[in-house]
Amino acid sequence: MIQETILAEAKTAQAEKTFKGTGSQALLNGLIEEGVHTVFGYPGGAIMPIYDALYDYSDKLKHILVRHEQGGIHAAQGFARTSGEVGVVFATSGPGATNLVTGLADAQIDSTPLVCITGQVFAHLLGTDAFQETDVINITTPVTKWNYQVTDAKEIQEVLAKAFYIAKSGRPGPVLIDITKNAQLQLEDFPAYVKCNHIRSYRPKPNIRVEYIEQAAEVINAAKKPFVLFGQGVILGTAEQEFKAFIEKSGIPAAWTILGEGAIPTDHPLNVGMLGMHGNYGPNVLTNECDVLIAIGMRFDDRVTGRLDKYAKQAKIIHLDIDPAEIDKNVKADVGVWGDCKETLPLLTNLVNKNSHPHWLAKFRDYNQQEIDQVITAELYPTGEEMTMGEVLRNINEICGGDAVIVTDVGQHQMVACRYAKFNNTRSNVTSGGLGTMGFGLPAAIGAKYGAPDKTVIAIIGDGGFQMTPQELGTIMQFGAAVKILILNNRFLGMVRQWQQLFHDKRYSFVNITSPDFVALAKAYYIEGQMVDNRANLRTALETMINHEGSYLLEVMVGRENNVFPMVPQGCSVSEIRLK
Amino acid sequence: MSTEDTILHRPAAPDYEGKQEYNIIVYAENRIGLLNRIAIIFSKRKINIESLNTSPSEIEGIHRFNILITESYEVVRKLSRQIEKQVEVLKAYFVTNDEVIWQELALYKVSTEEITEKVTVERLLRQYGASAVVIRKDYTVFAVTGHKEETDALVKALEPYDLIEFVRSARVAIIKDSAGFHEKLKEFKAVEPGEDLVENEFLEKGDKIFTM
Repeated sequence: MIQETILAEAKTAQAEKTFKGTGSQALLNGLIEEGVHTVFGYPGGAIMPIYDALYDYSDKLKHILVRHEQGGIHAAQGFARTSGEVGVVFATSGPGATNLVTGLADAQIDSTPLVCITGQVFAHLLGTDAFQETDVINITTPVTKWNYQVTDAKEIQEVLAKAFYIAKSGRPGPVLIDITKNAQLQLEDFPAYVKCNHIRSYRPKPNIRVEYIEQAAEVINAAKKPFVLFGQGVILGTAEQEFKAFIEKSGIPAAWTILGEGAIPTDHPLNVGMLGMHGNYGPNVLTNECDVLIAIGMRFDDRVTGRLDKYAKQAKIIHLDIDPAEIDKNVKADVGVWGDCKETLPLLTNLVNKNSHPHWLAKFRDYNQQEIDQVITAELYPTGEEMTMGEVLRNINEICGGDAVIVTDVGQHQMVACRYAKFNNTRSNVTSGGLGTMGFGLPAAIGAKYGAPDKTVIAIIGDGGFQMTPQELGTIMQFGAAVKILILNNRFLGMVRQWQQLFHDKRYSFVNITSPDFVALAKAYYIEGQMVDNRANLRTALETMINHEGSYLLEVMVGRENNVFPMVPQGCSVSEIRLK
Repeated sequence: MSTEDTILHRPAAPDYEGKQEYNIIVYAENRIGLLNRIAIIFSKRKINIESLNTSPSEIEGIHRFNILITESYEVVRKLSRQIEKQVEVLKAYFVTNDEVIWQELALYKVSTEEITEKVTVERLLRQYGASAVVIRKDYTVFAVTGHKEETDALVKALEPYDLIEFVRSARVAIIKDSAGFHEKLKEFKAVEPGEDLVENEFLEKGDKIFTM
């Protein structure tokens, strides 16, 4: 009897979720079913039916009107990175959709889960070169994990459910759904929304084979100088605790790729720093000295490995990754452990001996001391008149104590921020890693703030990168996103200038960029701010920015021709890293 | 060892660098746009596809691609993994010519007058295993199935006699060691994948790769 009542209630509940409505309503209902509460977007002709429906959903779906679709998708990326949820973007057909491409490519290479909804011309107009028609599916195929064109409203629920499942499962990535206007308008009786948890042709994560974990443990247990490299896979897999437990039991020093930064706190005793071109001295040099290299959730990007034929040739390589295509792609693994590191790491931790490597760790400390003496001290505590980017970061660390979310753009300031920013928490470092998208910082920071509303979000941006997407100040103004904007202005496209200085005989070809009055620009958007050009005012200005309620823009004039060191010159081995 | 393991190409003495012909055989959902998604995996790396056949497989709704390229083992393996990674691809195998039975179909259109006057049709049919598909007053169409060298040989033979038109199909290949895809599909349909579904070649290579 009771069972029957429950059954009947369940049936009514199901029945209540069926509805008669338009494809647009089905889409918005689906988004709500998927737990979406924030959407970044920009309306236009071919997506108007969805925006019309959105008018009635404003209590459930917060829509952030960006100033450019590229800003919208970067904001969604920032949101996904800090919240761990899927970022959602709306854009119209044609230019609206093509403006998403940079963000899609960025999300694809940095494995960021996104669902992008684009409007499309009526199905009967497809292929007629109709107004604002563009072949979005084919344009976005190489830069999406999956995409699909909906021409019939009856497809919408199933496709949306698949899209969310694909975007967030396995190795995450961007998904795009292109919906023709007729499907948005089409009236249908829709069934209750059902989430997707299986697609027969899709294996989000490979099966774990215990044999490889055993092999890996055996190699690790025999190692004298083991070294862990970790990437964003640890964060995407929410395996921070599992990772920490692994390194703490095995006592292995661990270095991070820039997207892996923050998975363990900066001051963890086994955190030995940053890998790659502008990474720390020890991790780079000792890559070519360790006897076992354990790569976890990272993909051996060329900016991490330098010259491949001279990369860790002496070491046994163990590679843990969820994506089978990554294993053996750039660096051949002796033991490839396929699987989600959330599952494989505890198994591995179980099998490794409790250990510590004091002499080996001391080597990292020695190299670190050399780096401190030759690079870091001068960068963090400069004695010259000019301010350095490093000292700005040191002040931020002192004020925020490592609890802020740091969003960066691309270039010198990005490398300095990643090198020196202190992180206590995971999902606090948001940057464009694989694609190196200038203009990412400001819009991503807006999204990052919506993804982590209780955190202080600081967008650190260069004078060049800021001028690529400054229009998003309008979004900040309209929605009151409390983003702290810190422009490190060296009056140059600094990273390119650095390369021209070092590798092109100082032929400064088109890197001399002039800027508007950034503070006045912010003021035009009713955002408070100030410019600082001497050290005496720096600390107070930073404190003012961070403690300011709401958004604030601080421009700091730093030395024009400072370089980021250490540096592994392109085409060189990681052990050829230069300190100056 | 499962059938699967033997299908995956593992040369006894791996020639990782040397280029040779590889047949990449892909089972995928029959979906608009998937051909493009697969093709750009090659074009992104500036690799030319020499022959491409796509047609419905023995299983309804699943298409089979036969892709022929000349590349090294290392490159082909990476390509195959990138293909298999696509959401709508069920499986990608790569095998050398030794591991497949393959055929191409060629059609030859020649002037009937020429052919009856100057060569005997019978001789052609016997020598090249050709069959006459259409015989009309003005032209005759022959069909030959075989390897490229064989179909090329008839082109040469017919050249003096006014070969009007010639066309050759893409290669289709059957893997010698395959048990077919029906069983595999059952595993894909299951929510929990079976042990065998995801191969990890390190296991099969065993001590060849891994030494303590």
